[in-house]
Amino acid sequence: MTDLVSGPPAAAAVPPASAERPRRPLGRGTYREDRLWTAAFIMPYAAVFLVFTACPIGYGLWMAGRPALYAQLADDPIYLTTLFNTLLFVGVGVNLKMFLALLLSGFFLRPRWWIKALLVIYLVPWPLAAVQAFISVHWILIGDMGLVNRLLEELFGIEAPIWFNYRWTALAWNIAAHIWKWMPFWTVIFIAARLALPRDVNDAAAIDGATGVRRFVHVTFPMLANLYLVCTLLSTLWTIGDFNTVYFVSGGAPVMSTDVLATLAFRYTFDSFNPALGIAAVLSALPVMIPVGLVMIRRFQTREVGL
Amino acid sequence: MTAAVLARPVRRPRNLRRLLVEIGSALLGVALLIWSLLPVYNMFLIALDPDEGDIEFTGHIYPPEPSLDAFRVVLMQDDRYLEQFWQQFGNSLFIGVATMLLTALIGSLAAFAIGRMRPGTGRWLTGAALLTYAIPAAFLAIPFHRAMHLYGLTDTPWAVIAAQVSLATPFAILVLRHYASLIPAELDDAARIDGASGPQVYRLIYLPLIAPALSLAAIYALVLAWNDYIYQFLLLTSQGRMTVAMLQGHLFEDPDAAWNAMMAAAILYAMLPVAVFFGLRRYVAGRLGIGRADG
Repeated sequence: MTDLVSGPPAAAAVPPASAERPRRPLGRGTYREDRLWTAAFIMPYAAVFLVFTACPIGYGLWMAGRPALYAQLADDPIYLTTLFNTLLFVGVGVNLKMFLALLLSGFFLRPRWWIKALLVIYLVPWPLAAVQAFISVHWILIGDMGLVNRLLEELFGIEAPIWFNYRWTALAWNIAAHIWKWMPFWTVIFIAARLALPRDVNDAAAIDGATGVRRFVHVTFPMLANLYLVCTLLSTLWTIGDFNTVYFVSGGAPVMSTDVLATLAFRYTFDSFNPALGIAAVLSALPVMIPVGLVMIRRFQTREVGL
Repeated sequence: MTAAVLARPVRRPRNLRRLLVEIGSALLGVALLIWSLLPVYNMFLIALDPDEGDIEFTGHIYPPEPSLDAFRVVLMQDDRYLEQFWQQFGNSLFIGVATMLLTALIGSLAAFAIGRMRPGTGRWLTGAALLTYAIPAAFLAIPFHRAMHLYGLTDTPWAVIAAQVSLATPFAILVLRHYASLIPAELDDAARIDGASGPQVYRLIYLPLIAPALSLAAIYALVLAWNDYIYQFLLLTSQGRMTVAMLQGHLFEDPDAAWNAMMAAAILYAMLPVAVFFGLRRYVAGRLGIGRADG
C-alpha cells in the first residue's frame, strides 16, 4: 500500500519526457487488427465492475428509493445525532489529519539519522491490521485500568475521566484513533511530493532569505496546493465510509451517541433488521459525496496529480 | 551541514535558535514515538501477561512477569476460543492471496488494454475505475450483501474475494497505467513488427517492465483484504468459513475471552502485513524511484 506514493514523483517525471518528443497516439495503429484481443483483455474488469459494483449500487438505489424511508430517518433522533457526529468526525478528522501530515512531512525530511529511524516506527500503524489495532486502542482507553489513564496517573498524578462515559471525549478519541491509523499514509504521500518539487525553486527562495514559516507559506505550500486539495477530497470520501474506527474504538458508546453513518447503517440492518433503512442512511450522505467526488475526479483528470 | 558548521562562530542568536529547533524536534520525536507505539505496546503488554486478566484489570503499565505462554496457547490452539485459529488464519490468507492474485491479473490486463491498445471504451473504463475508487468501501457493503444473496453467493469466500477485487482493481489500473505511460510506445511497435501478438507483448514486454508497480498494487490488494472486517462479517456465516478478523470482532465484547491469548493472536495476524510491507518496501521504493526519504 505504498500505493499513492508512486504518484507524485512519477507525475513530476512525466512532463519533461513528453515535452521533448511530440505526442503521438500510442498503439492505435499497432493494435488495429487486435480488436478481439482488446475486448478479451478488457472483459474481466468490465465484468467485475458490472456484476460486483454497478449492480449492487443500482440495487441499493432501488431498495432505498422510497421517500418514506427518508421521512422515517428524519424522525429518528439518533439519526440526527449521527449526522452531526459524522460531520464532526469527517470535518475535524480529515482536516486535522491532512494538515498535520503536511507539516510532519517537512519534519521527516530533516537530515538527521534518528528522524529517518523514527519515520519507520511512525509508519507502523498504517499496515497494522485495522480490527486488531482498533481493539487495542479500545483497551487502552477503557475504564479506570486502561493504559492511558494509568500512565496519566503514574506519571503526572492526573485522574483522567472514563472516556467512553462522555459523548465528547468518546468522539475525540474516535477522531484521534482515525488520525493515528491514517496520518502516516498521507504523510508518506506528502513526503514523496515534497521530494519531487524542483530543487532550484527552494534554493532561490533560500538565497532571497525566505526561511521557515515564510518559505512554507509562500513557496512550498502553493506548489503542493493542488495535491493537498485532491488528497483532502479523497480522504473525505474514504473517511465518510470509515466503519472500523468508530465500531471498534467507541462502539457508539455512550448509548449510540457517537455513531457515524457507516456504523448506524450497520445497526439499522442487523439490530433493527431493516436493510432498506440502513441503505437509506448511507445514501443520505450522497448530497455531500457527489460534489466532492466530481470535483476530485475533475482535478484528477485535468491536472497531473497522478495518484 | 558544512554551512552550519562554518556559520557557528559568526553570530550567537542564530546558534540559540538552532539549538531550540533541535530541542523542539527531539521533543516532537519523543511525542510521535509514544503516539505511534502506544497501541502496539498495549497489545504486547496484554499478550505477555502469564495469566489472562491480570494486566488489563489491575492496571500495570509494564508486564510484571512477562511470559510467552499466550503465544504458545495460540500456536497449540489451546483455548476454547482459539480451537480453530489456524484454520481461520488459513481462511484469511486464502481470501488475501486470492484477492491479491486476481487484482494483479485483472488490473494488469485492463491497464494494458486501456493504456496500450487504446480502445474507444477506455475512457468509460477509467471513469468506472475512478468512480469505484471514490466510493467508500463501507457504503457499498450492505447493498453488496443483498446483491450477493440474489446471486446465490452466500457463505462462500469467493463473495468476499469478489468484493475486495472490485474495490482494489481500480487502484491497480490507475497505478499501472500511470507507471506504464513511462514505457515508450516504440517498444510495442518493434515487438509487433517482429510478429508478436497482443498477448505476447503483454506477457513478454509489458509485465516484466511494470513488475514494481504491479507488486505495489498486489500489496495494496492484500492489505485491503487483510484489513477488512465488514464484508467478511456480512458475507460469511458458517463456523468453518470464519476468518481471524471475524473471530476478533466477535469476541471484542466478550468478557470471558482469554485476552492475553486473543492479543497474542491479534499480534500474529496484525504483524503479517507490517512484515510484508517492510520486507518489500526497499524493493518497491527503489524500483519506483521513491522512498529517498528513508532510503
